[in-house]
Amino acid sequence: MEKVLVAKGLNKYFTEPNRFQVLKNITFSVEKGEFLSVIGKSGCGKSTLLYLLSTMDTDYEGSIEMKGQLLTGKGQNELAKFRNKNLGFVFQFHYLLPEFSALENVMLPALKLGEYSKEEIESRAYEKLKLLDMHDYALKKSTKLSGGQQQRVAIARALINDPAIIMGDEPTGNLDKANTDTVFNIFKELSREMGQTIITVTHDRDFANSSDRIIEMSDGEIIKGN
Amino acid sequence: MWFNRLNLKIARIHLFSKKKQTVIASLGVTFGIAMFVLMISVMTGVNKLLEDTQLTSTPHVRIYRDVGHERPTLLSLYNSGDTNWNLVHHQKPKDEPLNLRNGLLIARSLEKNPAVLGVSPQVSSQVFFNYGPAQLSGMLVGVDMEKEDRLYNVRSKVKSGSLEALVSSNDGILMGKGLADKMQVKAGDKVTVTTPKGDVVLLRVVGTFQMGIGAIDNVRCYTSLQTVQKILQQNTRYITDIHVKLLDLNKSTPLAREWQDRFGYRAEDWETANATILVSFTIRNIMTGVVVMTLLVVAGFGIYNIMNMTVYDKMKDIAIMKATGFESKDIIGVFISQAAFIGLMGAVVGLCIGYILSYLVSRVPFDGGEFLSVDHFPVNFDPKFYVFGIVFGVVTTILAGYFPSRKASKVDPVEILRG
Repeated sequence: MEKVLVAKGLNKYFTEPNRFQVLKNITFSVEKGEFLSVIGKSGCGKSTLLYLLSTMDTDYEGSIEMKGQLLTGKGQNELAKFRNKNLGFVFQFHYLLPEFSALENVMLPALKLGEYSKEEIESRAYEKLKLLDMHDYALKKSTKLSGGQQQRVAIARALINDPAIIMGDEPTGNLDKANTDTVFNIFKELSREMGQTIITVTHDRDFANSSDRIIEMSDGEIIKGN
Repeated sequence: MWFNRLNLKIARIHLFSKKKQTVIASLGVTFGIAMFVLMISVMTGVNKLLEDTQLTSTPHVRIYRDVGHERPTLLSLYNSGDTNWNLVHHQKPKDEPLNLRNGLLIARSLEKNPAVLGVSPQVSSQVFFNYGPAQLSGMLVGVDMEKEDRLYNVRSKVKSGSLEALVSSNDGILMGKGLADKMQVKAGDKVTVTTPKGDVVLLRVVGTFQMGIGAIDNVRCYTSLQTVQKILQQNTRYITDIHVKLLDLNKSTPLAREWQDRFGYRAEDWETANATILVSFTIRNIMTGVVVMTLLVVAGFGIYNIMNMTVYDKMKDIAIMKATGFESKDIIGVFISQAAFIGLMGAVVGLCIGYILSYLVSRVPFDGGEFLSVDHFPVNFDPKFYVFGIVFGVVTTILAGYFPSRKASKVDPVEILRG
């Protein structure tokens, strides 16, 4: 199988308030189409790892490769372009822009990418919203939606540029049981039916158990699942 | 690019979703620019009026004989040398006539100078006007009215009577309006004049004029050259002053110096003669500048504050935009175009309000008193100020918006998204 992500020897230190090693020599890889969950207790470094993989945190030792491209050492602007094209994010909070409609929120990353015309982007955004059963709410302001609906719009936004990897940081952390199930089913569907590579960080065992693979972390090290 | 269509669209949505905040931010600029336009229009209007009044009635260069002008003592001529100390107490000027020798020739040669607009040779004399038992001191100025008119546009300043009457009569005088009012004389009345030598002559008032400056209107009387020469019992070549107007006012200082050296008489330029007025102009201009700068800086800080608030407000949005691939320059573009829009809108409205206010002020009746002949506030509607206002307004706001925008572009998304 094709490896979509390769991380080698990742070390990360926090210097405030004291020097502290958060990640200790993390090495692992993710294959295309894999649905991977990273679990562990609070403070084990799983979120920190995700932000290194997200390319937003560049202060680390080791190397990260995605789609055969070495990302370690690249400039902020180049990384921003890479994220725009190849990564989709779903966070614990939806982080939708409050002044914009659901549709506009979904369209923004694609407008930034600028690969399609505005009309095409709009129809693609509708498609993604339809996939998540949110097309009826497309023109509503994002602040007028419920928590579960907002998270679904956020997932549609993550999908708009057909990214190589979707990264989730506790994507169900702020949702009730019913909505958690919905989001989880969406992730599973994306992975099974569309071959979407997904990496999520979660502390929800049930959620993790139904993914393809689980990596368990403790004190900055991978203790299981590599 | 900072200002691509997407960034502008985001900026526009930000601005229009918070209309109230946008309007309040713009009002800061509006107020600053409106006050700037009003202040500078009125201030320069007043300055220009004073300068014009002053300039229309004073020569750019005046050539005359200075009493006791740089005459070495006889002792120092006889007993010269570095080793000698000569002490002469209370040296007095020689008794010599106040006229310019070859005055008319000097005037004629000056007229040929291409930098000169006009030359008026004059004979002026201190006189007393007898008004019943009282004596009012005045200045009798003999001129060639045709030439004097070219310099000071006397014709337009005549309030009663006419210039022609002065030219055609040999004992007529054109009296300053202030003086005429004081003596309660009208055109056609006769006045008694006492010369410095003690002679008494009878002259006829043929009209009155008003320059708009009390110092002139209350003392000066115009008459012909011949009349004054006759009163002073001098010949027809007797000239005491030569007034010169130049094409370019700013050349007065070097030309005056040149002529002083050439003709050997004192040549006084306009700036030296009116040093105090020039100083007051400078001070007023500096004050205007300071007030205007303060207004604009205050407006700039207003925008800085609001943009800072907006950036704090939008921290999460910035973080997610960066996560989804927006670069630092996009973020700067989004916020700086908001500042630019606020600045532009504020400045345009400010210019309109400033224009309306200046127009209203220019309609306010204003009594210039004895010194100035104006009936409304002088306001200078120079388009230059409006251009400057809009440029400065937009530049200030962009600067004020740049620093918060840069801060926004440096937001670390990880810190915010981790929660």
